[in-house]
Amino acid sequence: MGQSASELDFGNIMQIVRNTSHDGEEKIRDRIVSNIYARAEELAERVVTKSQTRNLDRTIDNILTSPILGFPIMLLLLGVVFWLTIQGANVPSSMLAEGLFWVEDRLTDLFMYLHVPTWLDGVLIHGMYRTFAWVVSVMLPPMAIFFPIFTLLEDLGYLPRVAFNLDKLFKKSGAHGKQSLTMSMGFGCNAAGVIACRIIDSPRERLIAVITNNFVPCNGRFPTLILIASIFMGGLAASTYSSAVATSVVVGLVLTGIAVTLLVSWTLSKTLLRGIPSSFTLELPPYRKPQIGQVLVRSLLDRTIYVLGRAIVVAIPAGIITWILANIHIGDMSVIAYVANSLDPFASLLGLDGIILLAFILGLPANEIVLPIMFMAYLSEGAMLELESLSVIRDLFVSNGWTWLTALNVMLFSLLHWPCGTTLWTIHQETKSSRWTILSFLIPTVIAVGVCFLTTQLVNLLGIL
Amino acid sequence: MTKDFPLYRLHPGQNGIVTRLSAEGLTRRRLLDLGLVVGTVVESIRKSPLGDPIAYGIRGAVIALRKEESSQVFVRAKNS
Repeated sequence: MGQSASELDFGNIMQIVRNTSHDGEEKIRDRIVSNIYARAEELAERVVTKSQTRNLDRTIDNILTSPILGFPIMLLLLGVVFWLTIQGANVPSSMLAEGLFWVEDRLTDLFMYLHVPTWLDGVLIHGMYRTFAWVVSVMLPPMAIFFPIFTLLEDLGYLPRVAFNLDKLFKKSGAHGKQSLTMSMGFGCNAAGVIACRIIDSPRERLIAVITNNFVPCNGRFPTLILIASIFMGGLAASTYSSAVATSVVVGLVLTGIAVTLLVSWTLSKTLLRGIPSSFTLELPPYRKPQIGQVLVRSLLDRTIYVLGRAIVVAIPAGIITWILANIHIGDMSVIAYVANSLDPFASLLGLDGIILLAFILGLPANEIVLPIMFMAYLSEGAMLELESLSVIRDLFVSNGWTWLTALNVMLFSLLHWPCGTTLWTIHQETKSSRWTILSFLIPTVIAVGVCFLTTQLVNLLGIL
Repeated sequence: MTKDFPLYRLHPGQNGIVTRLSAEGLTRRRLLDLGLVVGTVVESIRKSPLGDPIAYGIRGAVIALRKEESSQVFVRAKNS
């Protein structure tokens, strides 16, 4: 220091650099960094005044990451988020459904007035419009509640604390500490979670994070889980406790997903992606007061509308195709019934039925449309139930042979099965490898099939149904 | 001068002064970038509920280090 670069001859510097051994290089680096920090310290001393807010941060951290309360608080927060979502989504969901199906009736009136041919009326109203209406009324309310709450937690700075609490589990699994952050991103959207894996430098650990991201339910699957948990599991309890029961079921599923994430990470780091975790440092930033207005705008516009828009774009053609398949007959059976029947023997081993499995397969482009496809397929087969409110959904399922075991298996399959088309495409973009993309499809699929099979066989064996 | 010891052995609530780094390469650079240069005061703040990582106060920031990293930083106790 003291001598500015211009005073030294450039050639001289290069000479010094060339003569430096590897060991010397490290020493130079150390000295550069030490000097930078010494200078920064000197400057900071002169101009920066410290405030007292850090003590408050320490106190909050003492509670949120305490050895005794750290984990219970995480669980509690998870529970509160879902409880608010389930409780809050109920009324607006049925209001939306009522409104949208009222519009459907008016459209039918209009079509009759215009003498539109029956098949066109079927494709447009029973196929396209209905799927659209279901997707909107089932998905919009939970998303509009979940996303803002989640963004709020993000903004407060809680997520790094979660990473801090859980890090040892990820380390034991041979995974990178940042994987708990990419996993949290997956709650919003798995494709976004996969892109977030870029923050992990080591290729081995990045691949593990990419492949396992799918085991946390994204927003396309939350509404499915929430709806089924509410109408089946919640319905088992007295009505005062029903949303509490539904909440615990959803929390249980999320924990199962995290456990599977860790287990698969561990297995991968012992087999295909062998290695030790690379170095990792995590900053616990100061807590910030969230900007409520910005949180609302960002979570509603950027996330809710975006995800819903994508769902609708996929749902409309899927609705049309499903309606057509349900209304083209081979002999006296519709194409859907035909395919569903052929899937039935396999599906029943998993405690599902052919239509459920078919809905998951047709739902590959986006998980949001799995439930609407199930509704439509069941409706086209059996008696034409008027599905005007969400409470009728339970009757529809039960009349098609659903039990609590079916509901449980649908939720497990939804949680663990293959990633949606967008996520797979993103995985291919990020890994540039067909092999890892195929594995990212196969690993969850095998796990979903295995878990549902074991659950079903176990329940049957114990005879507790 | 009292003997130095690895950073992870610093008890929560205690302060230490960095004496040397045994890390090399990328890890060494990462640790240096955090401000862990010789002479820096480090406070051990708290252990994570599962015992590892440990959060340290380094130059006004709170940074969590896994044992793998904090065992490559050596400190001596600071009597404050």
